[in-house]
This record gives sequence, C-alpha cells and structure tokens, in this order.
Amino acid sequence: MNFSLNDDQRMLQDAVQRLVEREYSFAHRRRYAAEPNGWSRKLWAQASEIGLPALLYPAEQGGLGGSAFDAMVVMQALGPAMPLDPWLPTLVLGAAALRRAAPPLQARWVPRIATGDWVLAWAEGGGCRVVADGEGWRLDGRIAHVLHGDSADALLVSAQGDAGPALFVLHAQQPGLTRHATRTHDGRRMATLHFDTVQAQAADVIAPPGEAAALIESVRQAGIAALAAEAVGLMQWLLDTTVAYLKTRQQFGGPIARFQALQHRAAEMLMALELARGMAHYAAVMLDEPDSISRGQVLAAVKLQLTQALRFVAEQAVQLHGGIGVTEENAVGHGLKRAIVMAAEFGRYDEHLALFAQRGGFIEAAA
Amino acid sequence: MNFEPDPGVAAFREEVRAFLRQQLPPELAERARRHHHPLKEDMVAWTRILHAKGWSAPHWPAAYGGPGWTPLQRHLFEEECALAGAPATCASAFMLVAPVIMAFGNDEQKERHLPPILRGETFWGQGFSEPGAGSDLASLRTRAVADGSDYIVNGQKTWTTEGHYADWLFCLVRTDAAAKPQRGISFLLIDARSPGITIRPIISIDGAHSLNEVFFDDVRVPQANRVGDEGQGWTCAKHLLDNERAFSAELPRNKRMLARLQALLAEAPALQQDAVLMRRVAEAEADLLALEMLTLRALSEHGKPEATAWPAGSILHVLGSELQQKTGALMLQALGERGLVAPDQADEAAAGITGDYLYRRAVTIYGGSNEIQRNLIARHALGV
Repeated sequence: MNFSLNDDQRMLQDAVQRLVEREYSFAHRRRYAAEPNGWSRKLWAQASEIGLPALLYPAEQGGLGGSAFDAMVVMQALGPAMPLDPWLPTLVLGAAALRRAAPPLQARWVPRIATGDWVLAWAEGGGCRVVADGEGWRLDGRIAHVLHGDSADALLVSAQGDAGPALFVLHAQQPGLTRHATRTHDGRRMATLHFDTVQAQAADVIAPPGEAAALIESVRQAGIAALAAEAVGLMQWLLDTTVAYLKTRQQFGGPIARFQALQHRAAEMLMALELARGMAHYAAVMLDEPDSISRGQVLAAVKLQLTQALRFVAEQAVQLHGGIGVTEENAVGHGLKRAIVMAAEFGRYDEHLALFAQRGGFIEAAA
Repeated sequence: MNFEPDPGVAAFREEVRAFLRQQLPPELAERARRHHHPLKEDMVAWTRILHAKGWSAPHWPAAYGGPGWTPLQRHLFEEECALAGAPATCASAFMLVAPVIMAFGNDEQKERHLPPILRGETFWGQGFSEPGAGSDLASLRTRAVADGSDYIVNGQKTWTTEGHYADWLFCLVRTDAAAKPQRGISFLLIDARSPGITIRPIISIDGAHSLNEVFFDDVRVPQANRVGDEGQGWTCAKHLLDNERAFSAELPRNKRMLARLQALLAEAPALQQDAVLMRRVAEAEADLLALEMLTLRALSEHGKPEATAWPAGSILHVLGSELQQKTGALMLQALGERGLVAPDQADEAAAGITGDYLYRRAVTIYGGSNEIQRNLIARHALGV
C-alpha cells in the first residue's frame, strides 16, 4: 500500500488549493452566501475551466474518468473553504449514481454536468412514492432537507415503489415539482421537494423499483468517503488556525501556547485529525470493494470516526479561541456549524453504530 | 496513491502462519494466553525455536542476523504471533539495548552481546528510572565514579521489567555531577551477577511479579562496558526511547484483546442481547480499524520524508495504549460477577482478564507517560 500522492494527484491538489486560496477566503465566502442561490455561479465556471465537475464522470461522456482517490484529493483541498456550492452532489454523488447508467441516459446528463452547466442535488428519505404509469412512472410525495435542492438544475431522486426503492434523474423544472428553500446552519441552502403527479419518462430511470437499493447504498458510501476527505481538510484548517491563535494571543504576559492544558487540547486535535486521515484513505480504498458486507462495515466505521473527530476538533477550536470563538464573525465557529451538518448527512452516528454492532465485528472470537 | 495489495503480503502471512502451526508448542501458547507475565523458560524456548528459523530478531538488520524484513513484514509477523498466542521474546534485549549497541557500541561489544541475544541465551533488564527520576529522567542520581579502568556504581534503579530474569542490565548513570543534567550521563552495560547488586521484586497491582527494583552498592563495572563516550548516555537513551515508541500502537495485542472479548461475548448469549454493551464493543472495533490504518500508514511512510510530517510514534503509543485499556474495561464488563472473585480463587480465564486489566494501567505510564507523549505531540502541533 502506498499512501503518498502521485504526480497527477499532486497537480490536482495544487490546482484546487490555488482556487481556494485565490477565490475562497472567508470574506469571499461571505459574499457568495449573499448571492441569490447562496453560492457563486462565477466560481463554479472557474472550477469547470480546470475540469473539476467533470473529474469523476466517464471519459466517453465528456468526463475525466477520475478515481476515488482523485475525489479524496479534491474534497480534502476544498475542506478549509467550507464551500457553499453543490460540490458533493455534483462531483461525487452524481458520478456514483450515473456511472453504471445506460449510455443514452448518461449521454443526456453527463456532458452538461461535466461542462459545469448543470449542478445536482441528492434527494432521498422515503417520502416520495413511485408507481408505473403507462410507459413511464409517476412520482408523488415529499422529500425534505435536500441540500442544494433549491438551486440544482437536476435532481437525483430516490423514490419508493412497491418492489422497493428506485432511482431517477429529473429536471428540476419538471411539471408537478415544486421546491421550498430554507437555509442551513452552515450557510448553505436546502429545499423541501413536493412531487405532485410528476411524470418521469422510462428513460429517466437510473434503476427501477426493486433494483436500486445496492446502487443507492453505494452512492451514500461515495458520499461518506467524500465527507471524510472534506472533514480532513477542514480539521487541518481548524488546527492550523487554532495553533496560530495560541501563538499570538497574549495573556499573563505571554502567548497562551505556553500553557500545558491548552497544548494537550491541541495534541488531542492532531490525534483526531491523523486518525481521520487514515480513515479517509481507507474509505477511498473500500469504495471499489466488491464484498458489500465488508465495504458497508468500513464505510460505517468511517462515518463514525469522521463524525466524532470533526465535531471534537471543531469544538476544541472554538474553546481554544475563547470568547472570540463563539462570535459569528470568527471563522472557526463556522467550522463547528459545518460539522453539525456533516454529522447529519448519510446517517447519524448512532444509526451507523447500531448497524456496525448488528452486522458483527471484524474481529473473530478467539479464546 | 494506490492501495494495490502487495501480492507478496498474503504469501508472507501464510508462511508465518504455517511456521506457527508447525512450530509453536500448544502448551506455550496456552500459557501465554492465560498469563500476561511470561515464564522465562517459555520465552527462552520460543526464542530458540525462532532462532532456528532465523526469525528471532525481526527488527534487526540482516547484517546482525535479522531476517531483513520490511516494516510491513515485521508488523505482519508480530500480528500473526500475537494471534497465535506465541510468548514474547525479551524486548529489553531485542528492542531496546540491541539497537543502541548497534548504533553506538564498538565491535567488541557487538560481538560479545548481540549473538547471545539472537540465540536467546542472555536476558536483559532496563535500568533507567529511579525513585526520584521518572518522567524527569535526566535528574537521575545513580552515579559511576572512575576507579582505574573501572567505574564504581552506587544508586538505585526501579521498574526493571523481568529484571529477575536478567543476565545483564543496561543502565543510565551519572559520570559527571558538574555537567548539565543530560550531559553528565553515560550508558553502561552491567553484569547482573556483579557483587553489590541486589534485585528485589515489586509486586504489581495484579498481585504478580514482573517488575523489580535494583540496588547498586559499590558495584565494580569495567569502563570497557560503557557504550559510546562518557556523557553520551542521553543520546543513547533518546535513540532507545525513539525505538521503543516507534510504531508502537501495539496493534497485535489490541487485536488479540478484542478477539478475547469477542470470545467472552460468544459464550454469553445474554450479553449479546445487551445493545448498549454491544455498541460499546462496536466502538472499540471501529477504533481498532482506524488505528490499523494509522499503523499501516506509519509503516508505509517509514524512512520517507512524509514520516516526519506527524509525530507517529507518540500518537500511536497514546491511541494504542488507551484502546488496550478501553478493551480491558469492556472485558471486565463482559465477565460480570465472574470478575469479582479474587485472582487466586477465580477460574483461570477470569483471573487472567482481571489481572490483565489491572496490569494494563501501566501501558499509559511506561515508555514516557501519555501526558509526556501529549507534550511531544503538542510540540509538533505547535511547531516548537
């Protein structure tokens, strides 16, 4: 096993880091948040120029055919920005959902995503029912808390059929579909989607009812892996920012970095970060694992670890900043808000823990 | 970045497993499983079996009789040995003093001491800590005064693990009282049977004997037994402690402990219905998984520039030791009332588990306490 980046991955990392440094300071972020969608289409166009939305889609459809490790590199480099844009659904979830779809379906969606024209949202949660309707399908119901659901051009929709879940890709402007936007704690937007007799063509089905469960699971797992990478980037930034503060903040006649109680908190942050870094690697490795049981176990453990580590690091960052850490103007508090939102995505800590416990351990009993 | 498993890894693991199946005597494995304080004869017997195969010193370079393994192979070997229940070998000899002799010793010292260690013929004990010098090791007071071609050593050492088995002791002694604390220290190899040495047991919290205190009363030690120059002892000690900490999440032991915990749960259906306990076990397993990835990363970075980007040794030590304690506490939970019976009257499995839990409180203390490790980690985090 080799944990080092290769040359291409290093170039990709540099490109995203440069974009973040130039265009995604905390001040930029504030401005983007004030735009109509709560994120910047202009920045998205810049990201598209360097090929980011295309990264993981198949090369035959205008994508770059990148790997899970490329996704890890990008998400980690984006982490410090606490980005407001629909990176996760557009780069990662869409690619995971569409990569085994029928070529004609890919041909209708992927090129527009790869060029940066369309962005996606991932809508699941069991509130949408689907029934067969002539040649196509009819969707009714409601899905709440869809991140970026308000501004997405296309929606990946998981709907419940009698035979089990199905996965569709739909235009956001589809008749019968209405969207109500709300803001999230971490400055992003989400939407409640209302489906009122939404007609889907047979050609919009990524996987019909009863055949989508494994695919949906693998999309969620790709999401967990991407969150793990983003969390590593965010934690590194939180630690760096906190260390810089400890060295500059003066109390009792010197920098507060000289106090052991504070040093040990910084040490705990570093340990949590390094553990998470290992798990983010592991997540990327396991996404292609054919054995679904061990893949599921590892990704559950990844979500457990990332949730715990990120919240811990963010809380320590706030604590070590003292009063300034609990103000809206200071950036580290926004890291904590991001941590709260990420904790709720793709299954809470307790859900994953219960699953992990139920499926039984990695470790075989031995007296 | 790639994670293609090296095809050699599976073959190597199978080779080690086959060796253990054929060569590890079941009674040794049984005793090692039940008792965390190994018997000297078991350690010697196992070292000799390993030596016959050329595997007694997995960490040594081939030039000194090691098998020439990669860090990953060494790790796999130790993991398989732990899971098979193989007894320990003398860590003080193989892991602590030998690397110092290799790095700082002269040819005569290497020839005299390394081959008998390799063959399992000599046991060593560590003489670093003193009653007044624990975490603040540089304040040690055991002194060595030159007398002709000898030193006369007076003082006291403590926490000498397996010191009662030792043929030799390696000690930090003060050779220059006037110098700065670290500068006045030298590294001496002392025959444990020298006149004036008294070794007394320290009974540990589990009621057992591994630890010792060692008294030096006008002990005559040839100056030829000094490793490195006079005043170079602190450098030797740092080399040794770095080695001790290196890659020391004790992953094999952690895996072994979780396997035992699973065995306790397997024989207690009522516990398997305890959702709270089962979730805590799952948390420990998830922790182990994360620790394993961290260990593999440290092993793959060994000797590369990336290795210096994070304080791997201290982090692995802290996380690995704290997981052992967490798992030990879970085993006590799983034992329930069986764990209440005093060690000398409990059934053997229960006695071993309670004792192990108690003794493992030491893992966050020895080799630099976890508080000292956190100081080191923080120094790295703060870049000072």
